Amino acid sequence: MLADVPLQSRFLLGTAGYPSPQVLRKAIEASGAQVVTLGLRRQLAGTGGDNGFIDIIKASGARLLPNTAGCRTAREAVTLAHMARELLDTHWIKLEVVGDEHTLQPDPWELTDAAARLVKEGFEVFPYCTDDLVSAQRLIDAGCRILMPWGAPIGSGQGLLNPWALRTLRARLPGITLIIDAGIGVPSHATQAMELGFDAVLLNSAVAHAADPVGMARAFRLAIEAGRLGHASGLLAAQDMAIASTPVAGRPFDL
Amino acid sequence: MSDPSEAIVNVNGETRTLRDETTVAELLVSLGHEPESVAVAVNGDFVPRAIRGKHVLRNGDQIACFKPIVGG
Repeated sequence: MLADVPLQSRFLLGTAGYPSPQVLRKAIEASGAQVVTLGLRRQLAGTGGDNGFIDIIKASGARLLPNTAGCRTAREAVTLAHMARELLDTHWIKLEVVGDEHTLQPDPWELTDAAARLVKEGFEVFPYCTDDLVSAQRLIDAGCRILMPWGAPIGSGQGLLNPWALRTLRARLPGITLIIDAGIGVPSHATQAMELGFDAVLLNSAVAHAADPVGMARAFRLAIEAGRLGHASGLLAAQDMAIASTPVAGRPFDL
Repeated sequence: MSDPSEAIVNVNGETRTLRDETTVAELLVSLGHEPESVAVAVNGDFVPRAIRGKHVLRNGDQIACFKPIVGG
């Protein structure tokens, strides 16, 4: 379940940076994603069409999760969220409010302010946040029931830079839907996130910029399924010393 | 002095001169936008579709029209 919607897939896919609309369509299919993200942009004079990407996204049948990319203040993000709701007929919003230009790290104060306002206005807010526990709790206080902490900075492909912080979030927020968003570079990063007990993974660049985006979409689909199944099946606890697995008794020739 | 029968506004980064009392809905028609193809903000505030016909543009207003794009 995601925001009360039953879904079979735990893979949320971004739609930017694909070589063509046809590759995007095939990648969405291969990913099995039932939620895809998109953005909004101001129309400037002389800017052309979108080459059919938006039509492909709408025709995919996936639920749309518009974002507020580019926003630096709560006011901007709230305005953009309202526009997205009107344009795309969804109350879901991936709330992004950036506080640093180099890392694109979320601004926790503006983010929480925007989240509180949007929740009151009937939005289902998916805040893109850091892995800081107390900021996460403030977002929950604001009414969020889904959080999307970063694994690493957007597009960096570094994977889960702070597994301890992510494990702590999972342990301290057991009733919250937690989705790793950003920083995933390779399928094993997604598996690791799922093994940590996260509910889903959202990524874009690792698929869109692959040599074969369709193949990579499938690879991530399998990686996410594997990680989830591993988590649900009970992972072996790591230990410092060897524990023999073959049930021999003593040494084979010593009686 | 600007002509009181006109409003000079900025639309998506370009300066435009509108006749006074032009509404957001009328501006979108003049721009050739299908009403449901864009969302509009005036001076950073969202103007819902339902009130575009009542929202009169004033001298100095900044109008921004947004459309969906690909995104992560």
